[in-house]
Amino acid sequence: MGAETGAAMSEAFNEMYDGGALRAPYRALETWRRTMPAELRALKQTEAEALFRRFGITFAVYGEGGDPDRLMPFDMFPRVFTATEWRRLERGIKQRARALNAFLADIYDRGEIVRAGRIPAGIVYCNEAYEIAVAGHRPPLGVYSHIVGIDIVRTGPEEFYVLEDNCRTPSGVSYMLENREIMMRMFPQLFQEMRIAPVDGYARLLKRTLASAAPSKCAGDPCIVVLTPGPYNSAYYEHSFLADLMGVELVEGQDLFVEGDFVWMRTTEGPQKVDVIYRRIDDAFLDPLCFRPDSALGVPGLMNVYRSGGVSICSAPGAGVADDKAVYVFVPEMIRFYLGEEPLLSNVPTWRCSEPDDLAYVLAHLDELVVKEVHGSGGYGMLIGPKADAATREAFAARLRESPANYIAQPTLALSSCPTFVDEGVAPRHVDLRPFCLVGETVELVPGGLTRVALTEGSLVVNSSQGGGVKDTWVIAE
Amino acid sequence: MRLTVRHVTHYRFAAPVRGAVQSHRLIPADCEGQTILDWRVEVEGALWGAAFRDGAGDQVRTMVLRGPVSEIEVAITGEVETTDTAGVLRGHREAVPPLAYRRTTRLTRPDKPIAELARAALEGREDAADLDRAHALAAAVARAIAYAPGETHASTTAAEALAQGAGVCQDHAQVLIAAASVAGLPARYVTGYLNATEDGTPHEASHAWAELHVEGLGWVGFDPANKCCTNEHYIRVGSGLDAEDAAPIRGVTRGGADEVLEVTVAVEAAQQ
Repeated sequence: MGAETGAAMSEAFNEMYDGGALRAPYRALETWRRTMPAELRALKQTEAEALFRRFGITFAVYGEGGDPDRLMPFDMFPRVFTATEWRRLERGIKQRARALNAFLADIYDRGEIVRAGRIPAGIVYCNEAYEIAVAGHRPPLGVYSHIVGIDIVRTGPEEFYVLEDNCRTPSGVSYMLENREIMMRMFPQLFQEMRIAPVDGYARLLKRTLASAAPSKCAGDPCIVVLTPGPYNSAYYEHSFLADLMGVELVEGQDLFVEGDFVWMRTTEGPQKVDVIYRRIDDAFLDPLCFRPDSALGVPGLMNVYRSGGVSICSAPGAGVADDKAVYVFVPEMIRFYLGEEPLLSNVPTWRCSEPDDLAYVLAHLDELVVKEVHGSGGYGMLIGPKADAATREAFAARLRESPANYIAQPTLALSSCPTFVDEGVAPRHVDLRPFCLVGETVELVPGGLTRVALTEGSLVVNSSQGGGVKDTWVIAE
Repeated sequence: MRLTVRHVTHYRFAAPVRGAVQSHRLIPADCEGQTILDWRVEVEGALWGAAFRDGAGDQVRTMVLRGPVSEIEVAITGEVETTDTAGVLRGHREAVPPLAYRRTTRLTRPDKPIAELARAALEGREDAADLDRAHALAAAVARAIAYAPGETHASTTAAEALAQGAGVCQDHAQVLIAAASVAGLPARYVTGYLNATEDGTPHEASHAWAELHVEGLGWVGFDPANKCCTNEHYIRVGSGLDAEDAAPIRGVTRGGADEVLEVTVAVEAAQQ
C-alpha cells in the first residue's frame, strides 16, 4: 500500500503546472488560490477540521494501523481531472475490475487460465489466499469482488500506472464522500463556477450492487447488512457511515446466527432473514467452524449457509488471491485472456525474484529499485534502493538470495504532484488515487476517488501512518 | 467387504448452554471401492440445515440445537460395501486442485528434523516415481513414531510429535503431510473408520491417515500407523489440511461451560 518510490520532486509531473504552464482543469482554482486571504485560509482549515471531528471521521486507511482516533489531515486544495482524462481512467478501471472477477470465477472453477499456461499454477493454487473452502462454489452472478479499490499513480500527462489492486475490503470511500461534502459546505461558489461531477450516488450504487448479488433463494427485496468487527476496528466509522447512507443495519457477528438454511439477524421484532452481507471482516475471522476456530468476530456456520446458497457474502471469501503481489504481474494477461482486450492501464514493470533472470537483474540494480515482499503490506520488509545505504542493501540482498520467491521488485516512479496548502503557502506534493469500482449486475464507477497526498516535502509515502493526508478529487463534468 | 459402523459422540455440559452450532463432515461419499448402503446421523432435537458437498467432495451439514442444552449425542450408524483399490482414490468428485494441498499449517509445518527425515527417506530416490517416494516417506514416518496413545493431544504439531517419537494416527498423518511437503508432494489429512484387524495390531476404529497426490495415479491413501495403504478395511469420510481443518465435527456453544466428551466407536465386518 502506498507509492514508495525514490525519484526527486523536480522530475515529477505537476498536475497543475505542466512545464510552468497552467493546465486547463486548474484555471479556476488558480484565481481561487491567488485571491484567498491568508486569514480566510486559516479559518477554513480550522472549519474543515471541526467538521471532520463532528462527523467523527478519524480512522486510518485499511492495513495501515495507527491510532483509530487520530484525525486524517485534510488538504483543501482539490485534485482535478478533465472529463477526457477521467473517461480513459474509467474505462481502464472497469476493464481491470471485470478481468479480476473473471479470473476469480475461473480459478475457483475449471482454472482455464492455468490450463492454458497463461499464469503459473503454483502462483494461484499454492497461494495462501486461495481459499480451498470455496473451490467449486459459484457465487451469484459469478462475482467475487464487488468492491474493487485500484491504487493508481500518475507519472505524466498521459501516463498512469496501477500500483496494486484491492479485491477484499478496500476502505477509504467515506473520505471520498466526506471530503466532497466538506468542500461543498466551505466553498459553494467553486461548485457554482465549475461543473464538478457529483460522487454522492456512491451509496445508492453500492446498495444496488449488493442487492444484485442476492442469492437465488431470496425472493423480493433482499435484506442487506454491513458486518463490522466492531468499534475497535480502525475503519469502524466507515462501516457505520456506509450502513447509514444505504439505510441498512450495521451488525457485529453476535447479532447474527445460523439456523436451518439461512442466516438470521436478531431484532426486537424477532429474527429477520439476512440475504446479503457486506462484510468488513477478513476471511479468516468470518466463521470459526470453517476458518480460525478462535474467532469471536464471525458467525458460526456462516460459511455453510454461504456455500449452500442461502446468503451472499460481499466480497466473496477467497477474493484476496486476485490482489496478491505475485498475481498482480499477470493482470494484463488476465485482461487479454478473459476480455480479449489490450490493457488500458499499465502495470508498474515488475521483476519476480523467483525467476533466476529477474533475480540477477534485481541484485545488480538494487540501488535503483523498490523491493517488496510478495505477501507483505504497509511497507514492512521493503527496500527503497535509492534511499538505502550500501550496508542496508547488502543485508537485503542476502535475504533476497535466501528466499527469492518472497520478493518482487519495481522501478522507482516519479509520482505526479498536486498543489497543496503548506505553512509557506502552496507547494507541490506527491499524490496517488484510489477509485472504488462496484461490480454486480453492472460495473459502476462514480467519477472520483480517494486522493492521498504525501504532506512532507519530497516524500513519496502517502500512507496516513507516515504523514499522509487526503484531498477531494474532482472530475470536470462533460 | 461389507462394514457396519456404530459411532456415538456424546457431549455433556457442566451447566446447560444457551445453544449449539456444529458443522458436520460425517457422511462418507460414494467412490470406487466404497458404496454407501445406509448412513444415518442422528441428534435429538437437531435443526438441520445447509447441507451441501464442498469443493473437496465431502458432504457437509449444519446442526443447530436451541438452548438450554445440557448434552448432545451425535449418533452415526452406517453400512458400507468396500473393495480394495490399493489406496487409490478414484471416482471421487472434487473441485480443489491438488496443488492447493502443497501448503502447510501450524499443525503440519515441517521443522528441521522433519525435513531431515524426508531427505533421508528419499536419499537415492531423487529420480524415483512419486509413488515410490510416497511409500518411502510413509515407511520412514511409521519407523519414526511409535504408536502410543496418551503421549500427544489434539493440538500437538507434527514437529512436536516427531520430537517425541510417539503418537497416534493423527500424529502419523500430520508428520507424513509435513514430510510430503518437503518432498514437494501435495498431501492432505483424511478422517474415517478402520475395521478391527484380526492380528491384534493396535488401531483406532475412528481413524485418520494421509493422502498423497501421486503423478499418474491421483490421490493415494497412506496409513503409517498401520504401515499400509488404505484398503477394504477403511471407510473414507472427509479431508482437510490438518486434523483441525478436517475435523468431522466442528462446533461452538453459546454460554460455554465445561464439557465432557465421550466417544464410542465400533466398526465390524457384517455377518453375511
